[in-house]
Amino acid sequence: MGAITKLDRRDFLKLGAIAGGGLLLGAYVPDSRGAAPEAGSSSPFQPNVFLRIDTDDTVTIWVARSEMGQGVRTALPMIVADELDADWSRVRIEQADAHPSKYGRMMTVGSTSVRGGAWMPLRQAGAAARAMLMAAAAARFGVRAGECRTERGRVLHDASGRSATYGELAEAAAALRVPARPPLKDPSAFRLIGTSPPLVDTRDKVTGRALFGADVRVPGMLFATVVHPPVFGGRVASFDASRALRVSGVRHVVEVSQGVAVVADGTWAAFRGARALDIRWNDGAFAMSTPEIFGELARLAERPGAEARREGDASAGLARATRRLQATYEAPYLAHATMEPMNCTADVRADRCEIWVPTQNPQGTQSTAARLTGLPVEAVTVHVTHLGCGWGRRSRTDFVEDAVETSMKVGAPVQLVWTREEDMQHDFYRPAAHHRLEGGLDADGRLSALHVRIAAQAISGGRPIDGPAVASVADTPYAIPNLLVEYCRAELGVPVGYWRSVGPSQNTFILESFIDELAHAAGRDPVEIRREMLGGHPRLAHVLELAARESGWGTPAAAGRARGVALVEDKGGLVAEVAEVSIADGRPRVHRVTVAADCGRIIHPGIVEAQLAGSVVAGLTAALYGEITIERGRAVQGNFDGYRMLRMGEMPQIGVHIVQSAEEPGGVGEPAVPPIAPAVTNALFALTGQRIRRLPIVLDTGRAATPM
Amino acid sequence: MPAITLRVNGRAHEIDVEPDTPLLWVLRDTLGLTGTKYGCGIATCGSCTVHVAGRAVRSCTMPVSAVGIAAVTTVEGLSPDATHAVQKAWIAEEVPQCGYCQSGQLMSAAALLSSNASPSDADIDRAMAGNICRCGTYDRIRRAVHRVAREG
Repeated sequence: MGAITKLDRRDFLKLGAIAGGGLLLGAYVPDSRGAAPEAGSSSPFQPNVFLRIDTDDTVTIWVARSEMGQGVRTALPMIVADELDADWSRVRIEQADAHPSKYGRMMTVGSTSVRGGAWMPLRQAGAAARAMLMAAAAARFGVRAGECRTERGRVLHDASGRSATYGELAEAAAALRVPARPPLKDPSAFRLIGTSPPLVDTRDKVTGRALFGADVRVPGMLFATVVHPPVFGGRVASFDASRALRVSGVRHVVEVSQGVAVVADGTWAAFRGARALDIRWNDGAFAMSTPEIFGELARLAERPGAEARREGDASAGLARATRRLQATYEAPYLAHATMEPMNCTADVRADRCEIWVPTQNPQGTQSTAARLTGLPVEAVTVHVTHLGCGWGRRSRTDFVEDAVETSMKVGAPVQLVWTREEDMQHDFYRPAAHHRLEGGLDADGRLSALHVRIAAQAISGGRPIDGPAVASVADTPYAIPNLLVEYCRAELGVPVGYWRSVGPSQNTFILESFIDELAHAAGRDPVEIRREMLGGHPRLAHVLELAARESGWGTPAAAGRARGVALVEDKGGLVAEVAEVSIADGRPRVHRVTVAADCGRIIHPGIVEAQLAGSVVAGLTAALYGEITIERGRAVQGNFDGYRMLRMGEMPQIGVHIVQSAEEPGGVGEPAVPPIAPAVTNALFALTGQRIRRLPIVLDTGRAATPM
Repeated sequence: MPAITLRVNGRAHEIDVEPDTPLLWVLRDTLGLTGTKYGCGIATCGSCTVHVAGRAVRSCTMPVSAVGIAAVTTVEGLSPDATHAVQKAWIAEEVPQCGYCQSGQLMSAAALLSSNASPSDADIDRAMAGNICRCGTYDRIRRAVHRVAREG
């Protein structure tokens, strides 16, 4: 990439002419958490959108977010290319290597790739380049720029019939000033945004060519795996490598910070060597099992916690209520179980380190490697491969540590792949949670008071409140005049972390189930009681109406079936879902799911539909099967035989209904996960009278046959 | 170790590995055919599905010595240029999300379609039951299989 030449204005930077002629432009995109640097501030300007126009008409757009199936490598360039009026068939995508600052924050989490500030600056970057190309064309044609227009990679002057391609104009454009306020398209003029062009990686994904982490091949590379302490917080006491070293193909056995690594000529030899290791563990202090953990959470929820939300006076409201309801709910630990197990390829040399990794966190990878090797950050190159799912697991860098340390110890490039068992038993799990709820209905059957106490481990640094633990409860969109939400922090030895949609994935199950309990207690329709509390949220009220209408809510379901409804406002997405269920062989069978979603303006409807439907599968899998149990400090389930996934034959018919919206883009990758579990359990209640207060769903089969 | 001759995607390879090495790792680490993926190692997820003598098998649990003279086909052997009917249908239906499981999905679907040119939904459920997709692309996989049946 060419050298930075000059700063034209606060938000844009032209990187000047590049080898072979052409235009390289950088623009600043504030990340979702921070604003752009203040005008006149002394902090150096850093662009983080990069696009390049070459003389052969190729437009290259760098994508600094990680591709894990959510389509960022298609959707983000579409935004730039639309404003640029580029010829989409000439757009090339480059995956950005990690850089501490060049691209801003590269972490791909929280459904933030489009929303949260990137949308406008991506447009502005495209628009600025387009304005410069138009100015260059006007100069060449001897006309005013205002007389020109652009179309698919060309500037045209209709009056004279002259035109030039962007490639022909790139060099001249590179000599011009970057416009301070490039005109943005009126949305009615979008050619790409709102359409569904083929995803840029599909061809590679159906030919086996798409490069995932363990597909990387580096000359001289060895293959490795690692064995971690079975008990959380445990350590290696001592080990005997002699049997492992006798396994054909095994070259080295080395201790690393998190366990013992086996290095071999092939992955299989490394796996066999790992099984042959004789390791004595120091198990450490944590020895709890699942029943004790839930007992501890329940005990914590008996005492007041830190206040996360207070409206009115919940205890007075409850005292005045004509009908009161109490319940406790539980949600289990969940593993991410990404299809691609954790892996990382590292080549540590004396003066540099190169890493290939499927990561949601390229910058964390880079700083982790710098810390472990003692190399400066600039000496660490991190290439981001395709990710075989992320779901938040790949925001961590523990597997990077294993690979970097192993490469350092054996003095060779190493590809370290965790077995599925290591992956599932050394995850950062979605936290288990215990909720105590008390709700009060007034004489009119309205929810007048609600008290929720949430006990769970914290996953953020927030104190005294862990934001994720109370998300979608403390910030419930429902108008409840007397509301108290408290957080009781649990300190347990189980590693916990961010799991697709995070806190709302368990909290929505609980809150939306309890709202359903209150609706039934009041003898009211579950849609109606929700609608009444959404007076201040017309967009959410609209998706509720849409889901109700499209699902046939209010009309009789087929014999032996019933419907349930739930909704959420999560990460800028507003989603309501209706599930239609029956019972077969004592198990819930989900037949239809109606998803109504308002995610603001849609970049690529095909991606959005796939994300919303995929989110239903994610949430439904967890609701039906998902639980990691703990036994004496160890995760019990180690593979898909014990941690079941939804399979083809269990798929419900999913109808996705997307609200056409001109609002700012919202999140799409996560918000449809939370409502499915309560939609299903609320439907099961309607069908059987059984209230499911713990996930995964277990029906009392003795009662299942008795419809209400 | 005795050398083993393995026929993969129409080519014969002399390989020198432990005979109990699963076919998956010979394909990936010895022959460099990385389109076939490791997902579970116990034949529960289907990411490693390849064809042996035209049948879909889980290569993570099949010792290479058990392959014998049978022809092995991997995703790379469907076609290098995405012209196989299932690849074309996968593109037309925009099936993949993250893509990691899709090599296995394609191989299971191709094996199904080679023995049953017009599978019912129940046939598809049965043939694809061993292939997990964490992204939840099942509906589009089903549509793509039907598309192959329709368009060939």
